[in-house]
Amino acid sequence: MNFADLPGFASTTEERGETTVVVETARLRDAAEFLRDQRGFNFLSDIAAADYLGWNERTVAGYWGHRGGRDINRPGSWGLAKKPEPKAKRFSVSYHLIAVVSGARGAPRVRLQIWCDDGEPVPSVVSVWPTADWHEREAYDLMGIEFDGHPNLTRILMDDDWEGHPLRKDYPIGGEPVRFSGAE
Amino acid sequence: MTTAARRQAPIYTGTRIPSPIPSVLRVDPALREDDDILEVNFGPNHPSTHGVLRLIVELNGERVEGVEAVIGYLHTGFEKNMEQKTWWKAITYPERIDYLSFQINELAFVLAIEKLLGVEPPPKATWMRMLLSELSRIHSHLIWLGTGALELGAISLLWYCFRERDAVLDLFELVTGVRMHTRYFQAGGLAEDIPPGFFMECRKFADMFPGRVDEYEALLDRQAIWLERTKGIGLLSAEDAIALGQSGPVLRASGVDWDLRRVQPYLAYDQVDFDVPVYFNGDVYDRYKVRMDEMRESTRIVQQCLDGMPEGPWILDDRKIVLPPRHELHTSMESLIHHFKLVTEGYRVPAGEVYVALESARGELGCYVVSDGGSKPWRVKFRAPSFVALEATATTVAGSLVADLIAILGSLDTVMGDCDR
Repeated sequence: MNFADLPGFASTTEERGETTVVVETARLRDAAEFLRDQRGFNFLSDIAAADYLGWNERTVAGYWGHRGGRDINRPGSWGLAKKPEPKAKRFSVSYHLIAVVSGARGAPRVRLQIWCDDGEPVPSVVSVWPTADWHEREAYDLMGIEFDGHPNLTRILMDDDWEGHPLRKDYPIGGEPVRFSGAE
Repeated sequence: MTTAARRQAPIYTGTRIPSPIPSVLRVDPALREDDDILEVNFGPNHPSTHGVLRLIVELNGERVEGVEAVIGYLHTGFEKNMEQKTWWKAITYPERIDYLSFQINELAFVLAIEKLLGVEPPPKATWMRMLLSELSRIHSHLIWLGTGALELGAISLLWYCFRERDAVLDLFELVTGVRMHTRYFQAGGLAEDIPPGFFMECRKFADMFPGRVDEYEALLDRQAIWLERTKGIGLLSAEDAIALGQSGPVLRASGVDWDLRRVQPYLAYDQVDFDVPVYFNGDVYDRYKVRMDEMRESTRIVQQCLDGMPEGPWILDDRKIVLPPRHELHTSMESLIHHFKLVTEGYRVPAGEVYVALESARGELGCYVVSDGGSKPWRVKFRAPSFVALEATATTVAGSLVADLIAILGSLDTVMGDCDR
């Protein structure tokens, strides 16, 4: 399937049998409507946001020692065999789409992807696929993606008064505030 | 009505998805002025919520006029935790997400790792994975049926279903050594060979089970209370189901013939013979019928797996990702090094991103994995079918009675661990 005529089309890659189509963030809703109405992608499986902070910064394996000696907490063998391609922006949001036709044998799948930086608004696709409602709330809650035009963008899994977005790479594990400590 | 006529007739016309927020049903403002609207907190600790789900329900008498689902009480951060573990240690996590069809969850993640690694497990492992997936489906549906019927007052069914569920758990124990959260699938195949006694015991179960499903149906299908409380309740049209991302039995009960095992066959599902049950009324009763038929179809697949189980190795002989056999550790220096490296550091998975989707007991289970080429996952995201199913609460319960709310919620078959992750 050719995606070059998609509104806001940026690039497409075919890897491991999966098609990824990257579009401009600002034109996401146009692209989504086009895919639903013209290409039959009526079913939004999932919205997955990923944080690429620190991507590509891990050392390459095999370099154990340096001038200050060996850091036993960061053994070189935990590093990468080779460095991955750098990413353009910090966050990616992937929309996994499939065309549901009753009784079909085989159906195309596509990953619609956009890239955004911290605080950059992403158009909401709730008007295109109603199921995006909770998926977008989850991406906002756990990853801090700001969806523009979402009717009810509130936290969904964490408490309403939670601070920070736990799935970000700069959010430490075990870093939640201690409550009911009796210290107050 | 004949099947052909039912195929023609829509479940309802137009859409019932609330606007502007698809997952929240708001009380009509005119109604709020005229009548007494009672706001009730349903849950989070209510036995029929299968975990901890809170529904804020607004009632006009016994009629549900507004509903909002509040989730997150079981959020434990599985996805964050998996980023901290090496690939093969992270395999233990997905099972605990959906603790009723745990083998299928484990399979999704293992298939994602294998897709990134570009390896193909030996046929015996593929067929055994398929067999255990179907037993998991039976296990999950049995718990759904037992608890779902219990909530509507058919208490005896719970004990019958749990009797058979225990038989399934016995089979899991026989193969893997544990009853739940088995961690039997490894990247590259299975953790251990299949013990010889398993096939006989499994065949006994597969011969016995279809008769038991008939017994359950005999208990429910002619019972006036059951029919009264399930037929025509919780309607969801095919268009609304697709728009709300519903999959699995809920979608098939709305008349959509859609099963990922058939649409995009994974494992060896293209080599076994099974039917996809489809019903057309989109109500609680049809969702029950779909699951009953699925238990029979799963048993058919189990039978075929037993007949067609290939001989040969159960795991790849690739020392870069698979532990060497135990006995070699005493004699081979190289094996010892491989073992040490795999256990301490784990294997590295080439950089890339994959989305693996398969048909769990609850519908499309997706696993999105990003690797940076290191020994730990960069990002893991599960498309949890229970999470999506709860989005349909507002659409399905609109205008129903509060007692039906429990039947409808049960028919969506949500597991809160899966929903909140």
